[in-house]
Amino acid sequence: MAVNARTISDDELFFGHKACAGCGGALVVRQVLKVLGPHAVSALPAGCMSAVGFNFPQLCFSNNSFITPFAATASVISGIEAGLRAQGKKLDDCTVVGFAGDGGTADIGIQALSGAIDRNDDVLYVCYDNEAYMNTGIQKSSLTPFGASTTTTPVGSQEQGCPTQKKNMFEIVAAHDIPYAATASIGYLPDLLRKVEKAKGIHGTRYLHVIAPCPTGWGHATDVPIDIAKEAVDCGLWYLAEFEGTQVSGRPGGKFTLNRDPKEFSDVVHYLRGQKRFRHMTDEQIQVVVDGRDRTWERLRAQWK
Amino acid sequence: MKRFLSGDEAVAEGVRLARPQVISAYPITPQTVVVERLSDMVANGELDAVYMHVESEHSALSSAMGASATGARVFTATSSQGLLYMAEVLTYAAGGRFPIVMMNANRSTALPWNIYGDQRDSLSLLDHGWIQAYAQDNQESLDMALMAYAIAEDARVSTPFMVNIDGFALTHTYEKVDVPDQETVDAFLPPYRTANRFDFDHPVNMGYSAGPQYNRFYKYYEHHDMRAAIPVIAEVEQRFAAQFGRAYPGLVDAYRCDDAEYVLVTLGSIAGLARTVVDALRERGVRAGLARLRYLRPFPYDELPQAIGAARAVAVLEKDISFGGEGTVFTNVCSALYRAGLVVPALDFVGGLGGDDITEAQVETIFARLKRAAAGECGPVVSFCGIDDGTDAAAGEAAGAAPAGAESAADAAAPSSGATVTASAGDAPADAEGKEAR
Repeated sequence: MAVNARTISDDELFFGHKACAGCGGALVVRQVLKVLGPHAVSALPAGCMSAVGFNFPQLCFSNNSFITPFAATASVISGIEAGLRAQGKKLDDCTVVGFAGDGGTADIGIQALSGAIDRNDDVLYVCYDNEAYMNTGIQKSSLTPFGASTTTTPVGSQEQGCPTQKKNMFEIVAAHDIPYAATASIGYLPDLLRKVEKAKGIHGTRYLHVIAPCPTGWGHATDVPIDIAKEAVDCGLWYLAEFEGTQVSGRPGGKFTLNRDPKEFSDVVHYLRGQKRFRHMTDEQIQVVVDGRDRTWERLRAQWK
Repeated sequence: MKRFLSGDEAVAEGVRLARPQVISAYPITPQTVVVERLSDMVANGELDAVYMHVESEHSALSSAMGASATGARVFTATSSQGLLYMAEVLTYAAGGRFPIVMMNANRSTALPWNIYGDQRDSLSLLDHGWIQAYAQDNQESLDMALMAYAIAEDARVSTPFMVNIDGFALTHTYEKVDVPDQETVDAFLPPYRTANRFDFDHPVNMGYSAGPQYNRFYKYYEHHDMRAAIPVIAEVEQRFAAQFGRAYPGLVDAYRCDDAEYVLVTLGSIAGLARTVVDALRERGVRAGLARLRYLRPFPYDELPQAIGAARAVAVLEKDISFGGEGTVFTNVCSALYRAGLVVPALDFVGGLGGDDITEAQVETIFARLKRAAAGECGPVVSFCGIDDGTDAAAGEAAGAAPAGAESAADAAAPSSGATVTASAGDAPADAEGKEAR
C-alpha cells in the first residue's frame, strides 16, 4: 500500500528535538524516517539536525542513529551498511540512511558522497537543502541561491548577496549513473513520500534532494514553510524530478523524468519578496534569476520530457 | 610457518588471521602493499571480509568507524599525509570508543615532499586518543597486529589501536617471519563482542554531543581506560606467549639496562642498530643500555624509569621534532624521569628525518655525549644527527681515541661511516662539541 497522508505511520522516530519553529529540515527527517520505519539506521553529520537532536541526555532518535564527522555522512553510512552486511545482521527492512544539509552535501561532503555512489553502496542519502549553513548562523554554501543575503554574503555597497548560482547536485549525482535520485520539496509532501518509498525498494545508492525552508535563515514566518517550499516549485526555481540509472531504468545512461511541469509559473518576485534574504534584490538581479530559470526549464523540457 | 615477508606483508598476514569483517583503506606509499595483499586475500577467498574502496583516508577511517559501530571487527591502514588527513576522525573514533586497528607506515610529512620514513606523522598525533605502538621488526609487526585487536577490544580498554611500523625500513624490508596458523590465532583472539553498537531490539543513539556538564566524564574515562590498557597489555602478552611461544616485554623493551650508566631511549626499527652499538660499547667497557619504547600511548611513566634505573645520563633518539620545542618523545621521556625523581642529564637527538640514515657512528656519538653530560658538560639539549651532534669527533672519543683529522667544527659535521649528511660542511653551525673534542 502506498504511503500517503492516510496510511503514513503514526509512530514518531524523530521527536523531542529542539529545532526552530517551522524547521523544514526537521520535517524532512521526520517524514523520511516514518516511511523507512524503525529498522532504519540513520547517520547525520555536524549540522542543524544533529545539533538539535543529539545532545546527551536529550537524544531524539528512537531508531539506531549516529552523528558523523562533517565530511563523512556518506562514508559512515557506507561503513554501517558494510558492517551490518559483513555480519549478516542487516534486516530485510533496514535502510541505512544519511541526512545532511546543503553544506554537508554539496561542499564538505561531496567527495565521500561521490565515493559511495561510485561503489554503489546500498545506502540512501537525503540532502535537506535549506540553502545555507544554518546551524552556524546562516553562512553561504554552494547551494545558496544567487542574490541571497547570508552572514557571509551580506548586502553592502560593493556586494549584494550571494554572487554564485546554486550548484546542480541532482545532475552531479545523476552523472554517476546512480540507481536512483530525485528532487523533492516539503511543499509537495505526497511526492516526497512516494519517492522515499520508491528509494526504499531499490538496492544500491539512492539520493534525495529536498528543498526545506528555514524560517530563521530565509526570513519568513514560522507557519509558512510548506507554502514557501511549494511556491519554490510553482515559480520554477526548484523542480520535482527523478533519475533512474541504468540499473533501474534499463536504459544505458539512465533516464530523467520531470514529475511536474507547470504550464505557467507563479510570480518569482512574489517568492523572492516573501523572504527577507532576497528583499534587497534589484530588478536587474531578479531578471538574472528569471532568465536562469527560463534557460533551465527550456533545457529540462527539451531533454527530460 | 616461517615465511620471508616484508613488514607490510607481515601486517597483512596478521590482519588476515585476525579475521576482520570490514576493511576500508586508501592507498599511500609505503602502506600500499598491506592493502594490496589484503585485497588479494579477499579476492581469492582467503579472507572473508568486505573490502571498501574508499575515496580518501578521511573516508577510510569514517567507514571503519561506521562498521565498528555495528559491532564488526575492522581494519584500515595509512601513512603520513593520509594519517594527517584522517586526524579529525582519529579523535572521533577514540571518543566513540571504537576499537579500530590501523597500521600506520611511519613516513615523513610535507613540505618538503618526502615518501621515506620518519615518525613525525604519528608522533604529532599522540594526543588523539589512540593507543600507539611501535614495532622494531617484521615479526613484531605481525604479532602486534594480532595483539592490537585483543587489547583494543578488551572491554576495559575499548580504544582504537595504531600499529606503527617504519616506512621502508620495515614496510619494504624482507625478514623471516613466523606466520601462525589460523587455529592457534582463533584460540588467542575470539570474535569481537561489544555492547557499543547498534541494536535493532534496543536502538541506540551513538556519537552524540555532550555539553560542558557531561563532557569531562567522557574525557576522564577515555584517559582512564587508556591507562587501564597497561595491565591488559601485560595480560595479552602473557596469553600471546603461551599461545605462540614469543614473549614481549610490555611497554618498554630494556636491553642491558640493569647496570647501565648511559641509557639511550628510542623506538621503532632503529633499536636494532642501537642494540649493536650498545654491544660494541659494552665490549669496550662502556656501560651502555637501550630502552626501546614499544608504546608511546599509554606512556610508560613507571616502566621507563624502572628500566633506566640508576643511569647517570639519558638520551632520546627520535625521528621527530616538534618545531620550536624539542622532540616529542623527549618531552614525554623527560616527564617520566621527572615524575620518578630521576634528575639526570637528558639529551635529545633528532635523526632519520625524511628517511635519512642513522649510522652507528651517530649512535656512538650519542653515548659519548652522554658520558660528557654525566661529567657535567653542558651542551645543546636538542641536536640534529648529522648536523650539529658533533658526530665525527665525538664518535672517536667514544671509541677511546680522539680523531686526529678534525680541524674544525665543519670537519666534525662531515660525513663519517657512510653517513649521508645533507647539509654541506660550510653550512654546519659552529659546534662547541666538535671544538672541544678536538
